[in-house]
Amino acid sequence: MLILEKNMLTEEIEKLAEQYGNSRASLMPILQAIQIKYNHISDHAQQEIARVLDIHPVEVYGVISFYAFLHAEPRGRNIVRLCKTICCEHAGKDLVEKAIEREIGVKFGETTKDEKFTLEFTSCLGMCDQGPAMMINNEIYTKLDPEKACEILSTIK
Amino acid sequence: MLTVENRPKRDGIILFSDYKAGSGIRRSVEMGRENVLFELRESKLKGRGGAGFSTATKWMLTAAASGEIKYIVCNADEGEPGTFKDKVLLTEYPDLVFDGMVVAGFTIGAKKGLVYLRGEYVYMLKSLERYLDRMRTYNLLGKNILGKEGFDFDIEIRLGAGAYVCGEETALIESLEGHRGEPRNRPPYPVNTGYMGCPTVVNNVETLASVPNILIKGGAWFAKHGTDKSTGSKLFSISGDCKKPGVYELPWGITIDEVLKIVEAENTKAVQVGGASGSCIPKKCFDRKLAYEDAATGGSIMIFNESRNMLNVLKNFMEFFVEESCGQCTPCRVGNVKLLEGIEMIENNEYTFRYINQLKDLCKTMQLASKCGLGQSSPNSFLSILENFKEEIFFKNGNGVYHG
Ligand SMILES: Cc1cc2nc3c(=O)[nH]c(=O)nc-3n(C[C@H](O)[C@H](O)[C@H](O)COP(=O)(O)O)c2cc1C
Ligand code: SF4
Ligand code: FES
Repeated sequence: MLILEKNMLTEEIEKLAEQYGNSRASLMPILQAIQIKYNHISDHAQQEIARVLDIHPVEVYGVISFYAFLHAEPRGRNIVRLCKTICCEHAGKDLVEKAIEREIGVKFGETTKDEKFTLEFTSCLGMCDQGPAMMINNEIYTKLDPEKACEILSTIK
Repeated sequence: MLTVENRPKRDGIILFSDYKAGSGIRRSVEMGRENVLFELRESKLKGRGGAGFSTATKWMLTAAASGEIKYIVCNADEGEPGTFKDKVLLTEYPDLVFDGMVVAGFTIGAKKGLVYLRGEYVYMLKSLERYLDRMRTYNLLGKNILGKEGFDFDIEIRLGAGAYVCGEETALIESLEGHRGEPRNRPPYPVNTGYMGCPTVVNNVETLASVPNILIKGGAWFAKHGTDKSTGSKLFSISGDCKKPGVYELPWGITIDEVLKIVEAENTKAVQVGGASGSCIPKKCFDRKLAYEDAATGGSIMIFNESRNMLNVLKNFMEFFVEESCGQCTPCRVGNVKLLEGIEMIENNEYTFRYINQLKDLCKTMQLASKCGLGQSSPNSFLSILENFKEEIFFKNGNGVYHG
């Protein structure tokens, strides 16, 4: 990382701490903000967050590793999360899964070379009456079929 | 006047009935705290999040707990597979949910309410924030609410980050405090030692949403609905093999058969009541009642027809628990993995009945020795599916594969 980028990240984290408050309870909102912007929380970001909140960096890492939506390793710019819980499975998730893998060219659990997509499974999204369902970044898409799922992916930048 | 945008037409006796935003709060101010607690007790409202604890008692304990600062937390983590009714309340009936929170704040003496919204529901965050802003404009939040001197209360929404166990109230509090979402030992209970060590009420979305109508129409009116032990109505999230899946408000005590008729389910083989941590009910028991005293549920009803492979259903649930166990205690961390391995042995025809019986004993150990409800209830599906679908799983074609 360039020094300039590092400084920017530090500044950003300090601003977030100001916004949410300089306490431990602000850790999650700060991590979520960094995750959304950079798709992961880098070592440097972890150290800076620890410094600003006055906790050990290992504490920060411990929290990141606990939550499925927080990542220490870089991910694709768009994270696709397909529901694999039983109602979606019964509604045809397997066909959607295969179609997405063919279309995007990587398997679930992987990231594309151009870092555009990471494919993941997730547990029930609360859309069980409208399955199969998937989440792309912050949006949820329901009643998928193989063609519809691929069409949606083709509109993602 | 404060209204909710785009409320679709739904039918129900309590939650899905007409309600004027803010009226529950106004009523609570007119009545005073003691009378709010009195009506709540009359209503016999029990928690809708699963455990079914008396709401009046929980509020009373927190109101009586010593401490200047108190909190009300709305549990909107809704992670139980097959549950999506809190989503409907939050998106279509935010007035009921937030008015319920304000009433709770007034009654227990909290100045702050927190909503713990599951990360998967981030898409509704903006519209919820907008609604809260409008409540502020109408002085339903903020300082001296509705002109009542000293009635200050506001609500903040916090996002979860994809961990089912954070729905457990002590894990949820850990998460709110910025820690890993690992359940705490109880006691102490949140009513005494909750968020930031302060007395805290944690209530499910639906529990809170039930409160405004109880105040307006009376506890006795509420208690007239449902059964003696399960008063009022319940939102059921119904999914799976039926023509009309969705969220229904139905009185407690309705039988599974009746529900299946309403949603037009055909050739039903099994109904999973209470999500992955609930139990699987076979056809011969469809006359059972949905109620705290019979087939209890936080609202998840998943329907499986004759074509479904029940071992596969069970495997899906156990994979869920292996992934979602926080790993803090051994019975749950190791137990769920062992149960899943057992299922794979059955699948591959590599099991012995002696070993399966040992796994059933392990289930009992997990139910007794796990630290939180996740490990205590994950064996439910294992036990009920292996018992109720024994024939399909062990006897068909001489192996575990069902050719249906
Ligand atoms: C693993 C686990 C997950 C839970 N998830 C939720 C949940 O998503 N929503 C909820 O309201 N309660 C959930 N609960 C129950 C809560 O611990 C708690 O009992 C409930 O929020 C209390 O609210 P109530 O009295 O209004 O039901 C969960 C419990 C366990 C053990
Ligand atoms: S029962 Fe499971 S989820 Fe609960 S504390 Fe133990 S390991 Fe964690
Ligand atoms: S099972 Fe897929 S959204 Fe619930």
